[in-house]
Amino acid sequence: MDIKREDLLRLFYYLKLTRRLEDRVTSLYHQGKILGGAWTSNGTEAVSVGYGYALEKNDIAAPYFRDMGVFLIRGITAKRIMAQYLGKKTGVTGGKEGNVHVGDLQYGVFGFPSHLADNYPVGAGAALAFKIRGEKRVVAACTGDGGTSRGDFHEGMNLAAVRKLPIVFICNNNQYAYSTPLKLQMAINNVAERALAYGMPSKIVNGNNVMEVYTAAKEAYETARNGGGPTFIECKTMRMHGHSEHDSAKYVPRELLEEWKKKDPILHMETYLMENQIAKKEELDGIDLQVQKEIEEAEAFAEESPYPEPEEVLKGLYATPIEE
Amino acid sequence: MKEITYLEAIKEALNEEMARDASVFILGEDVGVYGGAFRATEGLSNKYGEWRILDTPLSESGFTGAAIGAALVGMRPIVEMQFADFISCAFDQLVNVAAKNHYRWGAATPIVVRAPYGGNIHGGAFHSQCIEGFFFNVPGLKIVAPSTAYDAKGLLKAAIRDNDPVIYCEHKYLYRRIKDTVPEEDYVVPIGKARIALEGKDVSIITYGAMVHTALEAAQVLKENRVSCEIIDLRTILPLDKKAIFNTVKKTNKVVVLHEQTKTGSIGAEVSALINEYCFDYLDAPIIRVAAPDTPVPYSAQMEEAFIPQVKDVVSAVEKLMHY
Repeated sequence: MDIKREDLLRLFYYLKLTRRLEDRVTSLYHQGKILGGAWTSNGTEAVSVGYGYALEKNDIAAPYFRDMGVFLIRGITAKRIMAQYLGKKTGVTGGKEGNVHVGDLQYGVFGFPSHLADNYPVGAGAALAFKIRGEKRVVAACTGDGGTSRGDFHEGMNLAAVRKLPIVFICNNNQYAYSTPLKLQMAINNVAERALAYGMPSKIVNGNNVMEVYTAAKEAYETARNGGGPTFIECKTMRMHGHSEHDSAKYVPRELLEEWKKKDPILHMETYLMENQIAKKEELDGIDLQVQKEIEEAEAFAEESPYPEPEEVLKGLYATPIEE
Repeated sequence: MKEITYLEAIKEALNEEMARDASVFILGEDVGVYGGAFRATEGLSNKYGEWRILDTPLSESGFTGAAIGAALVGMRPIVEMQFADFISCAFDQLVNVAAKNHYRWGAATPIVVRAPYGGNIHGGAFHSQCIEGFFFNVPGLKIVAPSTAYDAKGLLKAAIRDNDPVIYCEHKYLYRRIKDTVPEEDYVVPIGKARIALEGKDVSIITYGAMVHTALEAAQVLKENRVSCEIIDLRTILPLDKKAIFNTVKKTNKVVVLHEQTKTGSIGAEVSALINEYCFDYLDAPIIRVAAPDTPVPYSAQMEEAFIPQVKDVVSAVEKLMHY
């Protein structure tokens, strides 16, 4: 699949935006400005950027917590995300939730529950609704390698396969579920083998090559959109930070990190664009500058934003409140 | 007006709501061609087709999650748990996803989970449980438990039209044993409102579900002893109708709390605590709880009878209060 130059540059922009935003979050976390935890997708950004960018406007993303690229691409701004991290009223959830535990239906993004792979059946349900109503919309649901061991992963995959639902299941296989390596997570070499048991086609892609992720996702979405049922896409990548920013990840062999550092998704994209004379270094630097400016503005916006009123704690429990 | 059974009331509500609103659909195990283990969906498959009466794989978490996802994109799914006992498999989706969606990220999740619950049917530990207590401590859910055909129909309609996740506890023992009149025309019973099942002045019996009928029988016995009981049928368990509870306490000054759920940490414990906290000065005697003992539901008829509160237990509790 040929990807248009304009789209290639957007993919590059979103990779950069995701990386720089999360790098800034990491710094703020270490400065003690972020309460709770800070989970990033460092090293694996091409997964969320690739599958997120391949979605159409009316599609639905049911993400997991290393999917910052999806939030940004769908239209949740860096400003709102930064405010979310700082627990501000202007954050995506107005302070009700922290960090990556967000969702916004206005942009077709389902909220992320920490219970990994919960969004597999939830995503399948949205796909079911599209099928019942005869709408040509698709869902992308994502989880990590660890999440594929949970029952909800299997129940969601099975339901989608049996009913040929318009959904694409993405797996960000970043080798470690917190400290647990793949070999203690499953007795198979590829997560994609799990899809076989459900009679679901699958594809294994280089998760550090955003174009490969994008292309595979785009093709799978079209299959799903045209009644061809679900596909499972395993994106092989490497988590370059700890599980969360408090975690030094000493359990990961340094050589492994060194090896993957050379395969960095942004470096890969940059090299590709320049070697194929799609963009010159100056143009890419210009995009990076724009990204940096955007992050600075987002941080300033978040810092200046007010905190929510404590009384907010009692608001919003029900969509249909009951009078006492 | 016409006379129908509790089960027919449920069937009618399902049929009428599906006819009224194309976004209403049913999913669960054996609900389609077979018509459900208790025949609540019998005939609906022929009328609405396999995509609106959807037989799912045996996966409570999977299809509950799917209901949530469908609800997020505009459907009004009704999940049938074959037996309420199996709802434990869907605990995570209900407690962490459905219940918290609106509070966390502002997304309404209009699902109804039908839970055929309760004992007295010789079903043993896995087909007789009262499950309302599992969810009573989960803000964001609504729980209803009708005791009459009129309420079964009106509350199910209200639950389907409500924008929040509602656990609809339908008592299996009442399915074919209870008959009462319902209007020909459309009506709903509002969620959050208890009713006075019997007016009285000496002692209040606060209860719900099948125990309302036990209380009514007990009141008949007590009437012969010139004791006048007021029976409050809670109808909605979460959130409780505090006003109705306090009003009856202020009227009779003596309270028996009655339920089939096991005693420790029960609905009755909360009702009792509420009265202590807000109506202590109105009490002429300590509150007595009549409830199932803290054991699994036993199978043998003799033991099950000992487990489930009986008319004689209610009568002796009321008499104890009268002699306090």
